[in-house]
Amino acid sequence: MSTVSVSNLSKIFNEGKANQVGALVDVSLSIEKGEFVSLIGPSGCGKSTLLRLIANLLEPTSGDIVVAGKSAKQSRLDQDYGMAFQQAGLFDWRTVTKNIELPLELKGWDKTKREARSREMLDLVKLPEFADHFPWQLSGGMQQRVAIARALAAHPPLLLMDEPFGALDEMTREHMQAELLSICAATGTTVVFVTHSIPEAVYLSNRVVVMSPRPGRITKIVDVNLDGHCNETTRERPEFFAAITAVREALRASGSHGHTGVGVEDR
Amino acid sequence: MKSRLRAALPPVVFGVAFFALWEAAVKIFDLKPYFLSAPSKIWDQFANNKSLIWEAARVSGTNALVGLLAGTVLGVAMSFLLSRYRILGDIVTPLAIALNAIPIFVLVAVLNNMYSITSEIPRRLMVTLVVYFIVLVNVAKGLTQVSPTQIELMRSYAAPESAILRKVRVPNAVPYLFTALKISAPAAVITAFVSEYFGGAQNGLGSRITSNIANSKNAAAWAYVLGACLLGLAFYLVSIIVESTATPGGAKRISGRSR
Ligand SMILES: Nc1ncnc2c1ncn2[C@@H]1O[C@H](COP(=O)(O)OP(=O)(O)O)[C@@H](O)[C@H]1O
Ligand SMILES: [Mg+2]
Repeated sequence: MSTVSVSNLSKIFNEGKANQVGALVDVSLSIEKGEFVSLIGPSGCGKSTLLRLIANLLEPTSGDIVVAGKSAKQSRLDQDYGMAFQQAGLFDWRTVTKNIELPLELKGWDKTKREARSREMLDLVKLPEFADHFPWQLSGGMQQRVAIARALAAHPPLLLMDEPFGALDEMTREHMQAELLSICAATGTTVVFVTHSIPEAVYLSNRVVVMSPRPGRITKIVDVNLDGHCNETTRERPEFFAAITAVREALRASGSHGHTGVGVEDR
Repeated sequence: MKSRLRAALPPVVFGVAFFALWEAAVKIFDLKPYFLSAPSKIWDQFANNKSLIWEAARVSGTNALVGLLAGTVLGVAMSFLLSRYRILGDIVTPLAIALNAIPIFVLVAVLNNMYSITSEIPRRLMVTLVVYFIVLVNVAKGLTQVSPTQIELMRSYAAPESAILRKVRVPNAVPYLFTALKISAPAAVITAFVSEYFGGAQNGLGSRITSNIANSKNAAAWAYVLGACLLGLAFYLVSIIVESTATPGGAKRISGRSR
């Protein structure tokens, strides 16, 4: 059974008005349990919209979404997914521990159970000594790790991420990518990951979904086969470069990269 | 500690030099007391009238404090209503801003006609009104200007509106409340003084300043001005102390806002 199944999904903003936008048109996609799938494409091609539809933060104009075997709404109510954005979105008035415990509080967990879980999550993201710090005392990369710990605190089967490393410097970013892969390998979490960096998508994913704008749609799905992820030399292997080339060509073929040169990064 | 002392040094040196110059100017140019009194004369007056000044400061200070508390409570209550019902905000916010731009304390003249001549109520109402708008505008901002990412996160946790209010909007508004208090505390004192210029009992610092000036007792008037400055300072300092005890690292939190 697939963890996320989207069929014939369309989202039109401001339908029938002068500023109508076809953000997504007739998108179908199925994501298997434990898979890591990236969405890539120039800005405005509907990546964030697709992610928010899966998260039930937006209602589709038409089409079906099944998440963890339920409707998108039911799986949101059951907290079947965790979410992380480009902005860590930590709460300044809560310590790191209390930030991680927030989703558990809303699930009605008792204190002892919450504390045990937040300790476990802090070990997972390698920040145990920062439990009682406040977010503004942490670097950007550390804040993002806390955000990931919070997203995974309830052990959801699915993790939805919208350019989570977009605001980080290159070194931190590569480090975070490796950590994310090892966390997902350890927890068996399925991930849908929005990015506009080709190497990032290739390094992380089992499959890269290439999208193009006006109207937003899926133009190609590139399979990446870098068995034995999580490895320092991955980025130097010929398969890595071959996959990068394949994604770049798919982007170019969909007319979203190359001529304009905007939106998708080669770094 | 050492760096604090160093930071305090320039203003202290400046202050001492300022009063020395003032004193010297009065002596050298032989300025008449009705034009400008020497600091030493003002200090004498202050020392001689200590108990009277204290009494007047208590009257004005109580008015300011009562208005400050009432205005804060009302302002906070109203800001919750505003953030709950957007339409109310669309009506009240421009009104609050417009009222802030005009010196509304002249209203005290109208209020004085509504109460007995010895009543302190018009002055307290005046302070309440001034504080109310400052608190309302700031706290409403804190309740509504919440990061969109944080709201989306809360919705992804299936949090109801009431939980978003308790766990996000209210804590987000706390620093805004303290900012409002820091602005309101001196404003409350000033409003209390100025309200006394429009009639009513002649028992506060503001009315003592005017009556001493009217009687050409300039040095005494200045002594009451000194008392007024000290009262304003006391209000401001207390508001800062309350802030730093209630929100440890408050200033750092604002400057180092995480994203
Ligand atoms: N709430 C909204 N209202 C109107 N238009 C929107 C809204 N959200 C997104 N859009 C439009 O939908 C299109 C896709 O946006 P988005 O999903 O954010 O793209 P991406 O994340 O790929 O950059 C864009 O043209 C954007 O302007
Ligand atoms: Mg986006």
